[in-house]
Amino acid sequence: MPQTVIEINNLSKQYRLGEISAKTFTDDFKRWAYKLRGKEDPFLKVGDDNDRTKIGTSQYVWALKDISFSVQQGDVLGIIGKNGAGKSTLLKILSRTTLPTIGEYKIKGRVASLLEVGTGFHPDLSGRENIFLNGAILGMTKSEIKKNFDEIVTFSGVEKYIDTPVKRYSSGMYVRLAFAVAAHLESEILIVDEVLAVGDAEFQKKCLGKMKDVSGQGRTILFVSHNMTAIRALCNKTVYLQNGKFVEIGETTQLIDRYLASDRIDNKDGMIPANASTYSTDVAKFLTFKILNKKNQEIDTLYYQQKFIVEFTLKINQPIAKAIVDFSIGTLDTRYTYTSTYDQAKGFMPLEIGTYHLRLELDAKMVPGSYTFYLGIHDFANTGLTLDFIEKIGIVNVLQFKELTNEKFPLEMAFGNVRIDGDWTIQKI
Amino acid sequence: MKTENWDIVVKPKTSLLKLNLKEVWHYKDLIMLLVKRDITAQYKQTILGPLWIFLQPLFTTMAFTITFSYIAKIDTNAIPPVLFYLIGLTFWNYFSECLTKTASTFTSNASIFGKVYFPRLVIPLSIIISNILKLSIQFIVLLIIWAYYLIQTNTIHPNYYLALTLPILILLLAFFGLSIGLIVSSLTTKYRDFTFLLTFVVQLLMYGSCVIFPASITGKYQTLVMLNPVSAVIEAVRFIFTGQGIYSIPFLLYATITTSILLMIALIIFNKTEKSFMDTV
Repeated sequence: MPQTVIEINNLSKQYRLGEISAKTFTDDFKRWAYKLRGKEDPFLKVGDDNDRTKIGTSQYVWALKDISFSVQQGDVLGIIGKNGAGKSTLLKILSRTTLPTIGEYKIKGRVASLLEVGTGFHPDLSGRENIFLNGAILGMTKSEIKKNFDEIVTFSGVEKYIDTPVKRYSSGMYVRLAFAVAAHLESEILIVDEVLAVGDAEFQKKCLGKMKDVSGQGRTILFVSHNMTAIRALCNKTVYLQNGKFVEIGETTQLIDRYLASDRIDNKDGMIPANASTYSTDVAKFLTFKILNKKNQEIDTLYYQQKFIVEFTLKINQPIAKAIVDFSIGTLDTRYTYTSTYDQAKGFMPLEIGTYHLRLELDAKMVPGSYTFYLGIHDFANTGLTLDFIEKIGIVNVLQFKELTNEKFPLEMAFGNVRIDGDWTIQKI
Repeated sequence: MKTENWDIVVKPKTSLLKLNLKEVWHYKDLIMLLVKRDITAQYKQTILGPLWIFLQPLFTTMAFTITFSYIAKIDTNAIPPVLFYLIGLTFWNYFSECLTKTASTFTSNASIFGKVYFPRLVIPLSIIISNILKLSIQFIVLLIIWAYYLIQTNTIHPNYYLALTLPILILLLAFFGLSIGLIVSSLTTKYRDFTFLLTFVVQLLMYGSCVIFPASITGKYQTLVMLNPVSAVIEAVRFIFTGQGIYSIPFLLYATITTSILLMIALIIFNKTEKSFMDTV
């Protein structure tokens, strides 16, 4: 059985909201007074869950609450959750830039954390000088950096500029150099935040792969990302956090599906929940949303290339001179796949006060998989001001089969999200 | 698996006295690279480069000589005024640089500290060392000017035996500056009031540190002035170079004890702050 290299017990972190001021000072004083009398910190008993949308009753908030799990050697552990779930706080605590409020953790081996690329880069120093400085800040010794120096430079691909101050670098070169240093860290445990977001999935894979290679197998990596594609490709295990609380640790694919399903607005009976809008005004409001088949039945599954109908109602409270209504399809990991706007065919439309019913007919040209939808209305008399915008409403699964046939979609050819028909010709010459 | 030995165990509270100097030693390469950064980065894109290290104290000495010696006519104890002020300024600058730079350890490095862990003491130590390098360059200028007066005049009578204590005197200044700097940097993480306080306290302290006048003309306030460890050191250095000044073993001993106690307090406060200052900085 592989060795446990990280063990986390009841880790919690409390933060104080608001500014540091005289009030903080009185709280500090109160804490100190309690401590003198041998009592427990009074502020540990209070504190809200970390939910940004609700105004809490307390000035203190738990960014992390009772997190316990362990990581085995060689695991590549993904950490997922919405913004504010506590992912970054967890990484901060594990990389020792701050202490937990309650709880403890134990680690075996050297830890290198990469919460940012190019930490400590000095703009006036040359690439060469910065490699050494950055490497040392990340915990490498000078001899380790020297040993890897040529490889770092080659990996970064900025040989020509190595003696130029990094402030003259393009942002791409800067990141490549910074990343090259990080990729050559020789610690047993590597903590990586969203930093890799600078590159595409392939670049991320190359970098993490490089990190795993450098000191052979058996490296443990903790990886936070919002990019589910990257998490799926890289992590063999995943931790799912929600509002600072631990939900589950387990197999990546399962947890990603669970996370993505929770991230979506449920539109039971076609009604859109009142608080569903990402952005809203009083001027316009989407009320209902339905996906229908040709027989006007509500559906959540589509055959590949099936025709389907999108229906929604829109309430207008103030007249809009130049309205544009748009509808988009996206993958669950937030990649827009298709957008259609009402003005495309018919030009800007003026809308009076009242309730409108809109209908859009489409072919399911998406490749098999799960998709969710986006609705928006904008006023172009008012420089495109968004009046109501709803993200990730509803879900449909596109099947691998065409309707009424056994013709199977060749999944192995499914690059991208949409199939565009084209006419191939082939001639022997 | 009871026999497991963990390399890192992190709990909310750690012992105040656990300084982890071993870990600091592990990061010695980082200290040296930071020293190199401090020195080289500061003079990048300048034509005169490190020459500025010479020029700064020279210009200030000229200004001080004109203002305080020729205009205000402050008695410099038979030491040629240029030499008098150069000695005072060279060592005062070292002290004040150590103090003000270490005092901003947390606030000016917050962006690095928030992303990467390394023993935070690395930064103030690198500041002390890079300032020692600057001091040694300025010391050469001082030696040249001192040699000129030694040959040209017969008013200065250096004490070569006591010169052996110079390194100790310099360390005394370094650690005194470091201690106050560490304390201030720890306090400023949460309440920035101390930043403002420090700026003018350092300015005022110069007037109480025998930089501008010799301790011998302070009359009944002499004891008070000499209780300032910086005065004791600057006076001692003047005595070594010129034979004029006060090389007082009791005051220096007192300065050493004060500095040691301050340093201990500073390390404890710093140690406590470095663990979680990211939440309040």
